[in-house]
Amino acid sequence: MKITNQVVEKHGLNLEEYSNIKKFLKREPNLLELGIFSAMWNEHCSYKSSRRHLKNLPTKGKQVIQGPGENAGVIDIGDDDAIIFKIESHNHPSYIEPYQGAATGVGGILRDVFTMGARPIALLNSIHFGSPEHFKTKSLLNGVVSGIGGYGNCIGIPTVAGETKFNKTYNENILVNAMAVGHAKKDKIFYSKAKGVNKSVVYVGSKTGRDGIHGASMASAEFDENSEEKKPTVQVGDPFTEKLLMEACLELMKDNSIISIQDMGAAGLTSSSVEMASKGDLGIEIHLDKVPCREENMTPYEMMLSESQERMLIILEDGKEKHAKEIFKKWDLDFVIIGKTTDTNKLTLKYNGKIEGEIPLDALASKAPVYDRKWVKKKLIKSKFDFKKLKKIKIEDALIKILSSANHSNKNWITNQYDQMVMCDTAQKSGADSAVIRIHDKEKAIAVAVDSSANYCKAHPLTGGKQIVCENWRNLISVGAKPIAITNCLNFGNPEDPKIMGEFAECLIGIKESCEFLNYPVVSGNVSFYNGTNKKNISPTPVIGGVGLIQKLEKPMDHLFKKKNSDVLLIGKTFGHLEQSVFLEEVHYILDGRPPEINLVNERNNGETVLEIIKKDLVNSVHDVSNGGLIVALAEMSMGSDFGIKIKKPKNLTNLYKYFFGEDQSRYILEVDKNNLERVEKILKNNNIFYDNIGLTQNDYFEIEDELKIDIKKLYKINNQWYNNY
Amino acid sequence: MKFTVTVTLKKDVLDPQGKVVLNTLQNLGMDNLKSIRQGKYFEIDMNDIDEEKAKKKVDDMCKKLLANMIIEDYKVNKI
Amino acid sequence: MNSSVIVFPGSNCDRDIAVALEKMQFKNQMVWHKESKLPKSDLIVVPGGFSYGDYLRSGAIAGKSLIINEVIKAADKGCLILGICNGFQILTETGLLKGVLLRNKNLRFINKDVNIKIINNETKFSNKYKKNQILKINIAHNEGNYFTNSNHLKILNNENLIAFKYCDKNGNINEDSNPNGSLENIAGIFNSKKNILGMMPHPERMMDNLISNTDGANLFLSLLK
Repeated sequence: MKITNQVVEKHGLNLEEYSNIKKFLKREPNLLELGIFSAMWNEHCSYKSSRRHLKNLPTKGKQVIQGPGENAGVIDIGDDDAIIFKIESHNHPSYIEPYQGAATGVGGILRDVFTMGARPIALLNSIHFGSPEHFKTKSLLNGVVSGIGGYGNCIGIPTVAGETKFNKTYNENILVNAMAVGHAKKDKIFYSKAKGVNKSVVYVGSKTGRDGIHGASMASAEFDENSEEKKPTVQVGDPFTEKLLMEACLELMKDNSIISIQDMGAAGLTSSSVEMASKGDLGIEIHLDKVPCREENMTPYEMMLSESQERMLIILEDGKEKHAKEIFKKWDLDFVIIGKTTDTNKLTLKYNGKIEGEIPLDALASKAPVYDRKWVKKKLIKSKFDFKKLKKIKIEDALIKILSSANHSNKNWITNQYDQMVMCDTAQKSGADSAVIRIHDKEKAIAVAVDSSANYCKAHPLTGGKQIVCENWRNLISVGAKPIAITNCLNFGNPEDPKIMGEFAECLIGIKESCEFLNYPVVSGNVSFYNGTNKKNISPTPVIGGVGLIQKLEKPMDHLFKKKNSDVLLIGKTFGHLEQSVFLEEVHYILDGRPPEINLVNERNNGETVLEIIKKDLVNSVHDVSNGGLIVALAEMSMGSDFGIKIKKPKNLTNLYKYFFGEDQSRYILEVDKNNLERVEKILKNNNIFYDNIGLTQNDYFEIEDELKIDIKKLYKINNQWYNNY
Repeated sequence: MKFTVTVTLKKDVLDPQGKVVLNTLQNLGMDNLKSIRQGKYFEIDMNDIDEEKAKKKVDDMCKKLLANMIIEDYKVNKI
Repeated sequence: MNSSVIVFPGSNCDRDIAVALEKMQFKNQMVWHKESKLPKSDLIVVPGGFSYGDYLRSGAIAGKSLIINEVIKAADKGCLILGICNGFQILTETGLLKGVLLRNKNLRFINKDVNIKIINNETKFSNKYKKNQILKINIAHNEGNYFTNSNHLKILNNENLIAFKYCDKNGNINEDSNPNGSLENIAGIFNSKKNILGMMPHPERMMDNLISNTDGANLFLSLLK
């Protein structure tokens, strides 16, 4: 096939990139080679638009064993235990085929984690859909939720936390981000870097079919009317085979057979072989006629670019082939030596003895294009709305409207479709601020949570970026965990648009500021650009997944009120920030102004103090104040509990709406027993924390003095109705 | 007027179920098996009299609901 | 007491049940499905999970495995057999227990804590519970909707072969307290000799107050008696 400009463009490469390819090869590539360049040089694999900005993130720390650049990040949680985790997007495939897209998203992120030697112990997800009224939303929602459940339930890893959001910005481009968390022994972590020449390169797992050919390129191109045509490339997930692959890999990892291992994810055999060899500063030779194929007459091009799921590439120590093969045979999986490492620094592809393609590895990896894309700063918008002109609405009605909305209603109907209990270490499930997973056979536990705030990030990316890291930090603190590190999934629009690139750059600056200040490094992540259709870009949606440590799990801390007559303390200052709030969005349909500012000093002090109080066992329940403000947080502490609260009228702030619905940051609510009140107040005063005693818990009712009184069972019902009526 | 509809996965799409059924049958000693693909089967009874119109409706049903056109094909037969 | 847990490809509650058995001082062994012999066992557990991915029908493929013949032989000799969740589905596929487990009425996977009532506490599996005692226990399944023909249902009732029924926290057995559409709210049944118990809820998940509760422990204690 002649490589015309049209063929080049079809591979998602521009002509300048193509001329660089010719320079590296010192000749014209053939189609196979062009396909490989297109897979490695696209946004998804090369991070060509994002790399310059990602470099600035803090990635080191006392507890970081491995930062970004590997299959997943690794942190030290003491003793000989390590936690390995990462989040990844599967947005485009999920829009095309929601069930399989979401399922294979879960499968892919699990492989990233067990590839490194970890047994996965928890799955999380962050899923974003268009407005509920949009004609596609319902089937996308149901498909994605079943796909996530279908895969996680079958493989037997609990899906323990997540978020589901609706916003018209995702009408034509949903987001499906999946996070996996695994546990490994510190001295048994496996990396992708190859070592040694003439070592066997082994293919294990499922056979290769024509699935997802050019999937990685698809993930890097906007949708247009023709995206229907790209449909046949969607992969089908097989969680059963993945379970076998996981058990087989973990079994082989028990001894020292493996030099390096890499899953075949996006761009399949291409990216896995290139990554292993280039990281090891070696070459690699692959005999494509040996690749196990599912279909007849597959070409080298198809084999190299196939994204069939549930496959791995392993480089074995000498003499371990037989032992390894027996393990994979036991699990009924393919095991084929398809090549060897070389000292040529080239990717050499042979078919029936003949060289079909040969590319210097640096051209595919270290010399892949990096762009310094133009970006513009976003100005802080002054809000235009006049508070006095807002339509009058009773506080009770506003609260009910929020609690019954798609975004703020209870998501049990989703999480009940996920097995959250399998493995018997889930101490706290979905619905709490963070899920808590005990480390098997140990006293310690980890807390995990995912967060995003697209509205804040859209309004002011820098503040928004800062805010989500803090919000995530708070969620871990609220269950008594010390936050350790994060992974991020950066979902943005078209980076070739300077405004979008600006959103990206500024969100990252915000993330960096918070991470640095809170000593909360980024250890892994994923960038997903080109989210949007026909130049309509999604709101910037960085998603943060955090992991924290609970040294000794004695009783899991959650947000439900536990007793009556406890004092309820609000930690942190309330200014009444209503711009960009849920109150304005859900009740008045206004999205305007700037997001709430974060004072990082207060954030850290408040958080560390709350953690100290929880550790001393002085509180009955804890909740952070986030979307919807104080009143929603207090309602959440009442719903599902047997106890409500009687809230005093605020002393200082006269405007009740600002007081109750304002989304000022760095705030927590503590439920404190009368007996412990003095000790808690002493700690708060010693640490110079601003707090306020806002009321007392009571039986049955959610009440604001002289303002409203609602039965908490009724409130619970209101909060659980949305999906039934959908 | 009765129709049958068979929905199967497209040729190149992985069929995890078919794969497991194939292996199991082989383990049970059934040899000479080359491949197994699993599908769905529907019987549809229509009140229409005009065959062509009815068939078109069934076709529509397949496209809209019975088959997931992204990964599945279907066949309609009149019985 | 010696126990064996059968492990199929796709079993995923095998570790959980092993942990529970060991906690209760059973001497437990894991038995891979390709084995043709069972170790000496007083109790054989067919664990939960997705054996063979639940492909074709849940439990169908595992029901044809090599080891299952040994399980059937052991059952005939009176060995105690416990099938949990997918294990229950496998036991119905092999014919050791009658009836089938259909898809949940709402056509969705359900994972939540539900209440069940002890119907028969005079068996090897349930003697440590009180009759009509209400447990809070986790379910996690796609196909837990028990169905059987009316003849067999009569036998189940007449011979006191229903082990547990779904109920609410006050013990009411009705449609509202039926999570999956099961016939007469049945959550678990015995065979006629009462040496085989199949149940959809997961007792092994209810062994630890830090994680859930300890409502499952008495099932294992009953077996030890």
